[in-house]
Amino acid sequence: MKHRTFFWFILPTLSAMILFIALPIISVFIQSLFVGHEQVLVVSESCGPFGCTESTKIDLEATEKLREEAPLGKFNGLGTYLNRSHLAFAEIGVAWAETETWGAFWDVVGDLPFYRALAFTLTYTAVVTPLVILLGLAIALGVNTLPKLFKGPSIFISLLPFLVTPLVGSLILFWMVDSDGVLGATIQFIFDDPNLSLKASAALTWAMLIVYGVWHTLPFSFITFYAGLQTVPDDILEASKVDGASKWQSLIFVVVPHLMPLVSFVTLMLLMDNFRVFEPIVSFSAEAHARSLSWIIYNDLRESGNPLYGSAGATSMLTIIGVVILLTPVLIRTWRDFNRKAH
Amino acid sequence: MATYAESRMTPGKIIAFSLVGIWLVVAAFPFVWTFWGSFKVQADFFSKADWTNALWGVKTIEETGGAFTNQGYHGAWVIEEFWQNVINTGIVVFFTVTISLTFGTLGGYALARSGFRYAFWLLMAALVFRAMPHITLVSGYLLPFFEWNIWGHFATTIIVLVAINQPFTLWMLHSFFLNIPKDMDESAMVDGCTRFQAFRMVIVPVMWPGVITTGLFSFLLAYNDFAVTAMLLSAENETIIPAINSFLGTTQIEGKVMYAVAAVVSATAPLFVLILFFQRQIVSGLTAGAVKG
Repeated sequence: MKHRTFFWFILPTLSAMILFIALPIISVFIQSLFVGHEQVLVVSESCGPFGCTESTKIDLEATEKLREEAPLGKFNGLGTYLNRSHLAFAEIGVAWAETETWGAFWDVVGDLPFYRALAFTLTYTAVVTPLVILLGLAIALGVNTLPKLFKGPSIFISLLPFLVTPLVGSLILFWMVDSDGVLGATIQFIFDDPNLSLKASAALTWAMLIVYGVWHTLPFSFITFYAGLQTVPDDILEASKVDGASKWQSLIFVVVPHLMPLVSFVTLMLLMDNFRVFEPIVSFSAEAHARSLSWIIYNDLRESGNPLYGSAGATSMLTIIGVVILLTPVLIRTWRDFNRKAH
Repeated sequence: MATYAESRMTPGKIIAFSLVGIWLVVAAFPFVWTFWGSFKVQADFFSKADWTNALWGVKTIEETGGAFTNQGYHGAWVIEEFWQNVINTGIVVFFTVTISLTFGTLGGYALARSGFRYAFWLLMAALVFRAMPHITLVSGYLLPFFEWNIWGHFATTIIVLVAINQPFTLWMLHSFFLNIPKDMDESAMVDGCTRFQAFRMVIVPVMWPGVITTGLFSFLLAYNDFAVTAMLLSAENETIIPAINSFLGTTQIEGKVMYAVAAVVSATAPLFVLILFFQRQIVSGLTAGAVKG
């Protein structure tokens, strides 16, 4: 295809992506370098040409005007990145100097908002992803042995939790584990503790969110692996049987290696989707115990009346850096594959 | 033909079957339960005393006289005017899907037919864009959109959703067009067609299976979105997912949780129908990227 034709074909999609994905990233970066105007600062702005009069009252008009003239706020450099709500190097330095044990140090770090969100996001990603892959593989093997009649319906049922709107799906589970809901009440009954609530403790909240994550994404890995199982060549399986491999051995040495490319594909997709965990925290109202990176950005933007664009921007940039780090191995590998194909 | 050895129940098979059975119950039960409970009153659905109340509707019979009530649905659709949100969602989803597919087919076709290095880089960039959490992009939109006074309108949200959709659409249609033999459009061009004519007359007639599959996923992305629609639409243009979330804020105090339950069931219904009719396309779409590697 000629460069010119290619350009016209790709133009609509490329301009959409540049305008609404690439430029916003730049816009986020610029925002993160500014902080909102303070009202006190405006008082000094109200100085007349014949010297300043000392007055401490807030000039609303001037504040408005200033906000209108420079909606970004005032330049702050990397200040927002370094403050307590983000990387908090100063606080960590103090904690490092003052705490005696590793445990005490991590307690202090864990109380800093950004690191708390990062810890939850990484834990969620690191627990849900392998669980979903293992369970998905097991269920795919199970469904594969089912009689043909049941395969269609089981795929139909499995698709429901995956395709349901995340906010809605997590609400459905939330209502069930509510202390008056069917599961919540049953758990209280089992442990014989009428005050037991899954929302009350951090560990249980995390567990609840992780259960939701597994429930929601398991179908994806299951269906992908199931489709992969249909392509395992029969003759290789038979050959391994002839060679005396047990069922378990042929599973480990024939089927699983055949599915390996799928495993890396599923891992990539799951990492991307789990890293942006957001809606379940809104649905479960779990913000007291569990906040993700996406959630703290959302919270900054919703700060009523005065959204913290600078703070949201800084967290967004740090999140984007996280995504890039997460994807680097994949990108490097794809780049190598591409070069190998090209030569 | 199944031999005796194949149809015999081994311990391995029993474990496999029970695992599948447990999963199917876990997958389906929440939906069945919530659907059933949406026709009850709150005292039954959130029953402190006895969970079987939700099955038989003890309190529902006391309060309304029948075992089933449509109070929740009435409250959501009529009193809270949920139908307005449904119309809004319809508008947003329809235009998002149509525009995404138009842009995506043109771009995906070009990427599949271009052997140049920049096509590869575009696909890689799309992969990185695909991984961006949507809320990070939203935080970049808000300030400029307020400044230019385009915040809150359907058009803004639609084009944003189209853009967010593009990386995925491009990847999927790209791998789909790779499967259509090059000879088809190239022979048309030998016969004197321009590239665009070849695309329109040779490729368009055979591309519909791929477009429908991609369209299903574009639909899901637009329909399921919360981060973008919640932040970029004004109150009167609100779509159903943010509406359900704002229901929760206002209804929990007034004891009208059942409105939200009814709204949740109403929002799930279209997805249920979608899976019912397009199960095969969805499954093939899920695995399309994987099989190509």
